[in-house]
Amino acid sequence: MAQKASPASTYAKDMLLAFVFGGGICTLGQCFLDLYLYLKLDEKTAGAFVSITLIALTAVLTAARVYDNIAKYGGAGMIVPITGFANSVVSPAMEFKSEGFVLGIGAKMFVIAGPVLVYSTAASILYGLILWFFHLY
Amino acid sequence: MPSRVGKYTIQLQTNPAVLGYAAVVGKKEGEGPYGQAYDQCHADTTLGEASWEKAESRLQNEAVHIALHKANLNNTDVNCIFAGDLLNQCISSTFGLRSLDIPFLGQFGACSTMAQTLAVASLFVESGAAVRAVAVTSSHFCSAERQYRYPLEYGGQRSPTAQWTATAAGSVILGTRSQYPTASIGLQAVTFGRIVDYGIKDAANMGAAMAPAAASTLIDYFNDTGTNPQDYDLVLTGDLGLVGSSLLDDLMQREGKDIRSVHNDCGLMIYDREKQDVHAGGSGCGCSAAILCSTILQQMDAGKLHKVLFLGTGALMSPTSSQQGESIPSVAHLVYLKS
Repeated sequence: MAQKASPASTYAKDMLLAFVFGGGICTLGQCFLDLYLYLKLDEKTAGAFVSITLIALTAVLTAARVYDNIAKYGGAGMIVPITGFANSVVSPAMEFKSEGFVLGIGAKMFVIAGPVLVYSTAASILYGLILWFFHLY
Repeated sequence: MPSRVGKYTIQLQTNPAVLGYAAVVGKKEGEGPYGQAYDQCHADTTLGEASWEKAESRLQNEAVHIALHKANLNNTDVNCIFAGDLLNQCISSTFGLRSLDIPFLGQFGACSTMAQTLAVASLFVESGAAVRAVAVTSSHFCSAERQYRYPLEYGGQRSPTAQWTATAAGSVILGTRSQYPTASIGLQAVTFGRIVDYGIKDAANMGAAMAPAAASTLIDYFNDTGTNPQDYDLVLTGDLGLVGSSLLDDLMQREGKDIRSVHNDCGLMIYDREKQDVHAGGSGCGCSAAILCSTILQQMDAGKLHKVLFLGTGALMSPTSSQQGESIPSVAHLVYLKS
């Protein structure tokens, strides 16, 4: 009964928007990559620079209170790329500033991104072990 | 003296009088359909304060001060103040009201707090324990978001069933009928709700969790008093929103008490749902408080509404209980106002 009364998410529209926004961010990243390669950076350095640029851009947009308004439409397209991760660190840092630099910003900054860090580190150790195991033979 | 009617309802024989009321709201609420009805609309959501909690405290403080001013009373004239809000340890109430120097009793009823404080205050006045008592509550979108959900600037999407916590406060001052025989609005009866839990776990669909509690209290009241929905001008629920309101209408219809012709919900009234992008409507203690303490009591004063059942609805969960996978217990308290 509750399910019947609850309006469902508009999946088709949401997925299309996520595709467009997520694709847009990736295209933007590719543009930066081409730019850095054009500026004679080697491929590895250029890749790192792309990440740094996108993170910095997100931090600025989050601080300017713009990012969440774009993400309202972009949805998962804005969360999945590296920009979503940057937003999830900057937004609690801004929010909990009122509790001070140590117990506010320091303690709460990774309140959303924390689980990603924990499990990605754990997963990388697991993969490392598997790789090491297969290299023994 | 209050007397019990039926199993759950308490009749107020002396008809405690509404002496004054006030609603103070934020920007989004001020831009809503009832923007003109509020006593004060703040253009700045921070209210010029350094934190969201301070802003919410100020909302509550202003709501009491304006209501006292409208009733031509001083803080020293009030015997007791009943207040609550959504924040941990009810800090909006304690910090907002600490300068008032009025005996204070904190209340927690989640979003049903306006009805709960009003009901308890009316019983104090009815019994003679207080000559004048104040009921007040508040909520603030930003302070609620950071406690219950995500940081404001986090780029998440809201579910279509989610409701928007109102930045608002409302207060009512009650007085003994013998001292205020001409006051136009009085309280006739209260019904305190039982905790109802149908196992809804989605914290982004609180309307669905609260609807059964609202139905339970309404049915208790109608059974106890032997009345029907058609005996009233308005059945006003607190913050069921779009989903909860339609569920309540269905549940009441099943019980043979069709309320559709007289039912409205503060969560559906406070915003323009489509234009203001609030999904299933408004919520929060301040939502029902601001609507009741503005347009509803104004219409009662003006003689446009006479018999109003005000039903505050509260979802009694916390972020901890939700994270531990618990369902959402809910409660609804009813106050019968008559002019």
